[in-house]
Formats: sequence, structure tokens, C-alpha cells
Amino acid sequence: MGNIKLKPKARKGVIGIKALIKHPMETGLRKKKGKIVPANHITHMTVAHNGNVVVDADIGSSISKDPYFQFNVAGAKGDTIELKYTDNKGKTGSATAKSK
Amino acid sequence: MKRRLFLKSAMAGSAVATAVGAGLLTPSMVFANTADFKAVSDAAAAASAGAGKGSFKFKAPKIAENGAVVPMTVDASKMDGVTNISFFVKENGTPLAASFNLSGAAAGYVSTRIKMGKTSQVEALVTAGGATTKVSQEVKVTIGGCGG
Repeated sequence: MGNIKLKPKARKGVIGIKALIKHPMETGLRKKKGKIVPANHITHMTVAHNGNVVVDADIGSSISKDPYFQFNVAGAKGDTIELKYTDNKGKTGSATAKSK
Repeated sequence: MKRRLFLKSAMAGSAVATAVGAGLLTPSMVFANTADFKAVSDAAAAASAGAGKGSFKFKAPKIAENGAVVPMTVDASKMDGVTNISFFVKENGTPLAASFNLSGAAAGYVSTRIKMGKTSQVEALVTAGGATTKVSQEVKVTIGGCGG
């Protein structure tokens, strides 16, 4: 858990941000051997571009396991992209990458 | 003594089972979406009801073989001042899958993968300049992605 792949790539003044977060995203509905698997999913995520928050997302449990996101932000090569998330257990994760 | 313990634990166990059976513990109570998110979802439902047809692109598969991973994309980069993009699955327990608040340099483009319990109408909501518009599409699911 907590493993994030973050790949921003600049092209023609737009940075395409691809992010893959390793997270089980349990809904709290699924059962395993008759027992309910406790919920464990990301609830909040922010993406910052050079320190300014550009995406602020509320995420429900119905996002797939190991969630993948793609955003476009105006910017250039070398800009810093930072992703942070919080899950329903209060765990946080973050990753920073320079745009290529 | 051992027998007594066994009986006790068996009784306790069955009490839980009957509670579940009687619907005292409904899945929605165990469903751990926070109250905050529920409120956002309700707000999105209200916005969806009054929303007109949007002029943005919404890409989702017509048939999803696996409901656990349904890729979808909203491309509203031609629209100005996009502040929010939401994915709304009508038949899911909590219909809102995710809501992205965009600001500053972000373009109106979001792509992600969501889980779907069964075949449902999926709506993409885009709020630009204070007005909410939607584009909906039916996605057929052959294998559900929630529970099971």
C-alpha cells in the first residue's frame, strides 16, 4: 500500500498527468468466507501543480481497485506535480514528480 | 465447563447472524462511505435531475465485461471555466463514483476506472461557469464488480 506511480508528461503546453495508486479500495460490502471485508478506500485526493492545487477530488468506494486517474493541466516541462491522498482509515500517501 | 463455553459462543454467534438476517445490519450501514460523501452524492443527484444536455465528450464502453474495472473519460477541454467533473452510476448503492473539483491551470479532462454492480445508466456531470450539464450512456455489465 501507499505505492504511487505518477507520470506527468508535457506536450504543447499541456501536462498530461497519469497516476496509478496502489490501494485495495474495499467497499465494505464484499464478503470473504462469509465475513465482511472492512472498508478501506480512498476518500480524498488532491493534485498540485507547482504548489497550486488544481484538482481536489472526493472519491467514493466505487472507484476500481488500484485506482487510475488522468488529468490535463496547462504547464511546461520541468514543472512539479504533487499528488496526495487520504483514505477512510486516515492513512495518507503522496508522490512528487517533475514533468518530462 | 468447556461445553458451557461452547454453548455461550454459539449463542452469541447466532445472535449476530439473526441480526444480519433480520435486516438490522443492512449493507448500507456497513457501507463505509462517509457522511460527507453521501452529502456530495445527494447534491450531485439533485444537480443531475435538473441538468441539461452537455456539449462535452463522454467516453464509456457500451458493454463492460468486467464490472470491477470500467474505464471512462470525460473530455470537456473545449469548455471554459470547468469547475467540477463527476461520475454518477445510477444503480450503485452510492450513485456518485467520484467528484473532481478542478481549478486554476487544470483542463476539463478526467479519465478513471470505476466499479459497477450491474448494468446501469452512467452520467457524466460537468459544471462550467456555474451551470451543470450532463451526458448519459448505458453501460451493460456482464459480471458485477461490487460484492459477490
